[in-house]
Amino acid sequence: MTDIATTELESVSPRTAERTPAPRRRRRPTVGKVVAWAVMIVLLLITLFPFYWMLRTALSSNGALYSNATSLLPVDFSWGGFERVFGLQTTEEAIAQGGSGASIDFWLYLRNSVIVATGVTACQVFFSAMAAYAFSRLRWKGRNAVFSVFLLSLMVPAIFTLLPNFVMIRDLGLIDTLLGIMLPGLFMTPFAIFFLRQFFMNVPLEVEEAALIDGASKVRVFFALIIPMSVGPIATISILTYIGSWNDYFWPLMVSYTDESRVLTVALGNFKSQTPQTGPDWAGLMAATLVAALPMIALFLAFAKRIVNSIGFSGIK
Amino acid sequence: MALATTPRAGREGRRRRRDDTRLALAFILPASIGLAMFYFWPLLRGIYLSFTSWDLLSPVEFIGLENYREMIADPVFWNAVRVTVLYVIINIGVQTVVALVLAVLMQRLSQSTLLRGLVLTPYLVSNVVAALVFLWILDFQLGIGNQVLAWIGLDRIGFFTSEAWAIPTIALVNVWRHMGYTALLIFAGLQTIPPTMYEAGRIDGASETRMFFGITVPLLRPILGLVLIVSVIGSFQVFDTVAVTTGGGPVDASRVLQVYIYDKAFGQFDFGYASALSVALLIILMVVTFLQYRITRAGQTDLN
Repeated sequence: MTDIATTELESVSPRTAERTPAPRRRRRPTVGKVVAWAVMIVLLLITLFPFYWMLRTALSSNGALYSNATSLLPVDFSWGGFERVFGLQTTEEAIAQGGSGASIDFWLYLRNSVIVATGVTACQVFFSAMAAYAFSRLRWKGRNAVFSVFLLSLMVPAIFTLLPNFVMIRDLGLIDTLLGIMLPGLFMTPFAIFFLRQFFMNVPLEVEEAALIDGASKVRVFFALIIPMSVGPIATISILTYIGSWNDYFWPLMVSYTDESRVLTVALGNFKSQTPQTGPDWAGLMAATLVAALPMIALFLAFAKRIVNSIGFSGIK
Repeated sequence: MALATTPRAGREGRRRRRDDTRLALAFILPASIGLAMFYFWPLLRGIYLSFTSWDLLSPVEFIGLENYREMIADPVFWNAVRVTVLYVIINIGVQTVVALVLAVLMQRLSQSTLLRGLVLTPYLVSNVVAALVFLWILDFQLGIGNQVLAWIGLDRIGFFTSEAWAIPTIALVNVWRHMGYTALLIFAGLQTIPPTMYEAGRIDGASETRMFFGITVPLLRPILGLVLIVSVIGSFQVFDTVAVTTGGGPVDASRVLQVYIYDKAFGQFDFGYASALSVALLIILMVVTFLQYRITRAGQTDLN
């Protein structure tokens, strides 16, 4: 088991690993240091083991799992789990291999998840950036009063608004549509506005003054100066929004009734309840969880440093 | 929404004087629509609905405090409160300790981005994925967790199927998902402690343990307080993991408030009562947050 962790640690390219050489004297490893590293490695193992177990199970034959549950490697290697997830097996084949045989259309759920997460992220970040600009760089009467009204919305726990929002989406006739799932998150979140406002305030005034003297309008300043100068924070908030939207379960569960608007998280929950109760299709289930998790892990790998370094900022401020 | 009115026409040419009222209103318009439609209006509507009897189909009927009377006398509600509080205590207790240990280890051993990235991976998967993976790992017959227990010679445990284990198990699954994220929040707080303090401590010959309790803990307190408030608020709203693994069972043993609310609203179409339960959760959250704020004095931070 330990070798999994160490290979995980070594196989990552040095590009992603930023080594900051600590200006400390190299001392011989003390007992304390050894114990500390041991604790660290155990925690890392706990963190990473479930991911390995997903992969190992997904690549096993479902039937073989019942006879050999402890093997650390895939038992009777098979792509069957993934084939069932993507609907590549006939119903008979799937049932023979322990699947439910129920029709699941993961391409459709994947598409829905991408549409929802992309739509929510693009609109929410853009509209929040507009508001953040008004609250940070424009001068107008009542700015602080309006801003404190926005501040108040931070106090409303998301969970409380779910039922009334469901009623609202129903009144609008948007139940079981992707737009219905997206709508509440489409305009803003208070957090995104505050986050971006912090950065917009730090763009030096001189740059803006120069552009205004050249005859640029405030709108132009927003699009041609503020946004390009805040690409980093905008990317960060976009990634966090995307991951949050992709992983959301409760709200889409309320809004979607059919495949038409079903996203991956909800489909996973259904997949689990459809699987035979006596002998669940674990290989298929784990393949499905991997399919749902991989896009976010890929996104994370692409922007790891940015996300990791932003967590502290977003949590504390 | 008290918005300033747009200035009348005839005030052109004031752009030099830097009054951007009209432009600003245009810029905050979309966000204001979202604020009104999906924050304030639902808040008011949710409170109003808690005084009504409504099944989504027939007309809304105002019944005053009836839902609240029923709630006070509802054993399932009180059980849900008990179960939720138990969940929060286990979840937050373990998560805070583990995250603190992890953050301190990262600070003292290696500050590599790679390490911090690895620690964050569980946070990238949804609660549903985390729930399913542990449902498999802890499966009574085939789960590797129970296989290991059997191999050591202990009895197998029905992690999700026994009343005693359901809530602790779900609480720990969510610790797995959030511990790295929480550790990074605490780590960010640790970064604000000047390294010179540790150097001074080392020159005085203080041990790592001494420095942890003498320097790290006192200086971290405000940030730890804030992190705790945010995690507790999130923890009280637990739903996904329970819904996917146990659905509230066995026999209400894991029927947390949020699951009970969902059952009432979408299982029995009793939207009035479900709204009253939501208001109860809102009140609990407000009281808990207020108490925490007072106890940890989280607001008294010099980090701005």
